[in-house]
Amino acid sequence: MRNFIQFLVKNSFVFLFLFLEVIAFALLIKNNNYQNSKFFNSSNYLVGNLYESVSNVTDYFNLKTTNSELAQHNAELLSANINSFTKIYGNTILINDTSYFQKYVYTSAKVINNSTNQRENYITLDKGAINGIKPGMAVVNSNGIIGIVKNVSPNFSSVISLLHQKMSISGKLKKSEYFGSVIWDSDENNHRTATLKEIPNHVDIQNGDTIITSGFSAIFPEGLPIGTVQYFDVPKGSNFYNIVIELTTDFKQLSHVYVVKSLQKEELDKLEALIPEDVN
Amino acid sequence: MLIDIIKHSTRFLALLLLQGLVLNNIELSDYINPFLYVLFILSLPLNASKYLVLILSFVMGISIDIFSSTLGMHTAACVFTGFLRPYILKILEPRDGYETNFSVNIADMGMKWYATYVVIMVFAHHLFLFYVESFSFGQFFSTFGRALVSTIFTLILISITQLFYYKPSKKRR
Repeated sequence: MRNFIQFLVKNSFVFLFLFLEVIAFALLIKNNNYQNSKFFNSSNYLVGNLYESVSNVTDYFNLKTTNSELAQHNAELLSANINSFTKIYGNTILINDTSYFQKYVYTSAKVINNSTNQRENYITLDKGAINGIKPGMAVVNSNGIIGIVKNVSPNFSSVISLLHQKMSISGKLKKSEYFGSVIWDSDENNHRTATLKEIPNHVDIQNGDTIITSGFSAIFPEGLPIGTVQYFDVPKGSNFYNIVIELTTDFKQLSHVYVVKSLQKEELDKLEALIPEDVN
Repeated sequence: MLIDIIKHSTRFLALLLLQGLVLNNIELSDYINPFLYVLFILSLPLNASKYLVLILSFVMGISIDIFSSTLGMHTAACVFTGFLRPYILKILEPRDGYETNFSVNIADMGMKWYATYVVIMVFAHHLFLFYVESFSFGQFFSTFGRALVSTIFTLILISITQLFYYKPSKKRR
């Protein structure tokens, strides 16, 4: 012990230097976006492998719920399958591959890291650039929406969770088609709720109304469930509702998700970019 | 003693404002950023405690960072420079030690000593700074080149400041 203290005293200059450098780098990573993303990308690469092996073990604990979820989802898909419909007009024959145009492609992925109690929550997936995942793709599961891919490394991708201060998703009321923004604020919402804003106060709303994605951004397919109205009020002096919604996705229980690639997003973005900003 | 504190505080403020308000706006062909403020660390007294030098370097770095909204970047480079200083001084020490009443400038220390000292320190600072800025060794040679070119530019500015001290008669005091 005495030797140890002697060692500390003898090298106190070096330790002061290291201490100040640690402060400097902590400030650097916390306050600068570029260094921050670099740091987290490389740590994603290192830690991602660790997370994956941990998640390989912990996955077994969720196996039962995951199985039942998958089975239920399978059943839904089967019932939505084209083979489970009979044609009403028996004498016309539609050729499916020309009358349908594929708009979204789904890739399944596994959640290997997830946070729900920060102000800005991120999710890490075990699929990355080599699986065709790109920044800006939507992430959903069978219950509802999850988030948007932010960074990809060859084998992993990090996703901005819906539970993120800066996340804003276009959602609409299923009943009346009025649309607004779904946002999440750690001061007002917990991991089961979010807030729907910009719905004018003349719209008729009931507790329990369903909110779905509007499909305007072309990131999320239209009609995915987001949540149900938990309660709502009109803030004093405002023309808009403040609607608290209960999310259909339980962010504490994520394991298998789908990454959605929109095949028309580029085309849509290109078209919308043509609109000059100053047209009234 | 008191006059020394006033002298170094004035230099601190002057270099901080010069760097923050003028030199930060100079960006020649995206490559050259002069960082003259490092002169403050170089010019601290020879007999100053190395702990004090380290802490003053930290303060200088964080002040520059607040000015240029790059929190942490210059701090890291300055602390590194302050850490290096006592070792460089030791290596460059003349056989019979430093004269205690000498300041670190070209007139007192002589052209050869001062040039060696400044080139090593400024290059170390710039190298550290530019690698922290790019935060990877990915473009190793491009970053190295930027550090080198900026070092040359900073050295030119430092030699201009040394004209203030230069007296044709070699001994100043």
